[in-house]
Amino acid sequence: MTEFLLAVWSYEFLQNALIGGLLASIGCGIIGSYVVVKRIGYLAGGVSHSVLGGMGVAFFFGMSPLGGALVAAVASALLLGWVRLTWQEQEDTLIGALWAVGMAIGILFISRTPGYSVNLMSYLFGNILMVDSAGIWMMAGIDLLILGTVALCYQQLLAVAFDEEFARLRGLPVTFYYLLLLCMVAVTVVLLIQVVGLILVIALLTLPAAIAAHYVQSLGRMMLLATLLGMLFTVVGLAIAYRPDLPAGATIILVAGVSYLVSLFASNFRKRLKLERQQMRSV
Amino acid sequence: MSGGPVISLEDVSFSYGGPRVLDRVSLEVEAFEFLGVVGPNAGGKSTLLKLILGLLEPGSGRVRVLGMPPERGCRQIGYVPQYPLFSRDFPITVEQTVLMGRLGSPRLFGGYRRQDREVARRAMAETEVQDLASRQLRTLSGGQLQRVLMARALATEPRILILDEPTANIDMRVETEIFDLLKQLNDRMTIVVVSHDVGFISGYVDRVACLNRTLVCHPTAAIDGEAIRSLYAADVRMVEHLHH
Repeated sequence: MTEFLLAVWSYEFLQNALIGGLLASIGCGIIGSYVVVKRIGYLAGGVSHSVLGGMGVAFFFGMSPLGGALVAAVASALLLGWVRLTWQEQEDTLIGALWAVGMAIGILFISRTPGYSVNLMSYLFGNILMVDSAGIWMMAGIDLLILGTVALCYQQLLAVAFDEEFARLRGLPVTFYYLLLLCMVAVTVVLLIQVVGLILVIALLTLPAAIAAHYVQSLGRMMLLATLLGMLFTVVGLAIAYRPDLPAGATIILVAGVSYLVSLFASNFRKRLKLERQQMRSV
Repeated sequence: MSGGPVISLEDVSFSYGGPRVLDRVSLEVEAFEFLGVVGPNAGGKSTLLKLILGLLEPGSGRVRVLGMPPERGCRQIGYVPQYPLFSRDFPITVEQTVLMGRLGSPRLFGGYRRQDREVARRAMAETEVQDLASRQLRTLSGGQLQRVLMARALATEPRILILDEPTANIDMRVETEIFDLLKQLNDRMTIVVVSHDVGFISGYVDRVACLNRTLVCHPTAAIDGEAIRSLYAADVRMVEHLHH
């Protein structure tokens, strides 16, 4: 651990990685909480995988892969939102289709790109050590956008996440807020791709929030705790990965996954204990 | 606006793609009426409510709420659903849930104001859940949740209150309490309540609408075995309830 801290002190790429991880945790804590309470994890998975299509096309035409990712993420989020609002029955088939078709497009374009030098692995599994200062500014910008939107529309987004039917009866533009939420999921996916890659995004989006859900009493606190947990996981993951030179994204996800399992067992155990105590008292 | 029916359906038919769930239903609800809607399962009761709320569009016929199309009229309606769509383990308190009744136009974003909290507090007091204000929704019993949903509906300061099977999963004592409360609320708003229990509600409501694809209205006094038999197409034992 001390070795890692010393390395952070002296190497700029590690500092960038650390800052990138912390910034990504903010978006992932806030939007991940919505994904967990609204139970749209599968939809978020579809969006994150279809992003490879946008990255491949952008790379083929010599444009910024992250720009392509952003366009693809927002486009597929809007498409899926529209599908859900119009033909509810076929939602999961269409998510699955978009998931696979997006990746297929990406792989085709990448394979056709002259001078096959793209590190496909770094898109799929991320490479937090490659985060540069431009990436950091972009992440900070996305965080500000998310924070601003949620601060302005917290109650409305809460109502739409909680009970769409009631929100609609109150005259809230439910479709607008729902699509807004999906667009924020999309930009968060792009934010996280740089840290853990598009295959592992879904874990970092849902695990911290799912752990937080075991302990908190409100969506706001869930966001806060999930953000702190995300930060903890990225820092610990990076530190563990540093010395044996393990892939950082995968290590971060494993730290999050193990923590989730531990928390799940602990909270179930706590619940059982409480129940037993109640039964003891009532006897 | 004054004088006319607060809810009117003219020749409304509806189907979910198959056979008609509602067949040429006409109904007028007067201001400050207490209307019970009864009928067998799948008789179209919830569909009727959704048409009034503007959540469904009629296949043919016309629905008006306070003289407006239901998409606009629904903002004057407090709605208590039978099966709320939210998950019971959503991290939210009773007060936050009730406050959602304050959302909507003209304010489309931003937080709640002091007046909103005051209205929500009064609604919670009225349904006797003010002591539960800071409790998590997941810790409530069925009866408590029902009162919270009623408080959320009252927080909208509605002119019409619509309840779908408000006492379906609740014991008899609480059922009586809830209907006594509805009777009080009836002094200042129109109430439409859907129930499968015609015998119980006939002690409270002014008029019963019997719905089984088609709709027949009876003044409460005229509910007898014949009317119930024709509705359910089977012999039903009627139990006399003596309220009040």
